[in-house]
Amino acid sequence: MRPPPQPLPRSVRSKIAGLAVAIGVFGLSFGVLAVTAGLSPLVACAMSLLVLAGGSQFAAVGVVAAGGSPVAAVVSGALLNTRFVPFGLALAPLLEGGLLRRAVASHILVDESAALAIAEGRHGRASPDRVFWLTGITVLVTWNVGTALGAFAGGLIGDPEALGLDVAFPAGFLALLAPLLDTRRARVSALAGVAIAIVLVPTAPPGVPVLAATLGAALALLVPEDAGGTR
Amino acid sequence: MTWPAIAALAALTYLLKATGPLGAGSRELPPTLATVSDLLPAALLAALVAVQTVGAEAAISLDARLAGVGAAAVAVWLRAPFLAVIVIGAATTAALRAIGLD
Repeated sequence: MRPPPQPLPRSVRSKIAGLAVAIGVFGLSFGVLAVTAGLSPLVACAMSLLVLAGGSQFAAVGVVAAGGSPVAAVVSGALLNTRFVPFGLALAPLLEGGLLRRAVASHILVDESAALAIAEGRHGRASPDRVFWLTGITVLVTWNVGTALGAFAGGLIGDPEALGLDVAFPAGFLALLAPLLDTRRARVSALAGVAIAIVLVPTAPPGVPVLAATLGAALALLVPEDAGGTR
Repeated sequence: MTWPAIAALAALTYLLKATGPLGAGSRELPPTLATVSDLLPAALLAALVAVQTVGAEAAISLDARLAGVGAAAVAVWLRAPFLAVIVIGAATTAALRAIGLD
């Protein structure tokens, strides 16, 4: 028996709530877009439930809407999701439980759940495993409820971009990134990651820039550790 | 999107997501790999922020997103709460788009 879980700190719950709102609205716009692109509402909902990776879903539906083949849609969607390999590797030691629990956790691995778990775990403020699960389940619910509302009820709301909600994600990730930059190597890793991604964006297929940015972490090993630091 | 395409994307996505949690599990990594893995989140999050801020279809686009993320960066620097960072970023971008600067 595990001990009864302590409620997560308020600060963590408010972060999850903030991301949930943005994800819900984007789920809504995905539902609308998918139906506009010719998917049946049921197929759009199944996609959100089974894929659960917003960026790749928008990309795949976008390819189909532009007249691309289903194979091209799958490839471009999957390529965007390659970043989940490095995210999952960084997250793996923070997850608890056996194979089955990890198998379920893998499905709710998204940018938000991985980033929050890693950021909160780093400073020991909350159990990264519990932050991961609460964020992942919240994303699962809000993304799918949003998709269903958008797919079945259609354009109830305006354009999420008019509300600047596309910026909610980089702004939130920036806030999660800042406390990770506490060593020289971490700062080099981040800067190298940005440089690699920016250079690749104009030429490489979507998804490759962020995947390649993981090389930034390896490059950071070339600079000496902070004096007295362990990382 | 056909059902087979959705099944294929779902299966591939799951494989990519499960590589870390199921493949690496909670095994101890060799020291060098552990150090790299420790530095991964900084590189990944920073790259994600960069791509979502200035990335466009096969191009770099400096638009209202950059101003919004810039405002969010100032908020982070001033130690604003997480929700405030998001709202400041989104509101800045929304305001610029509302007056046609994008």
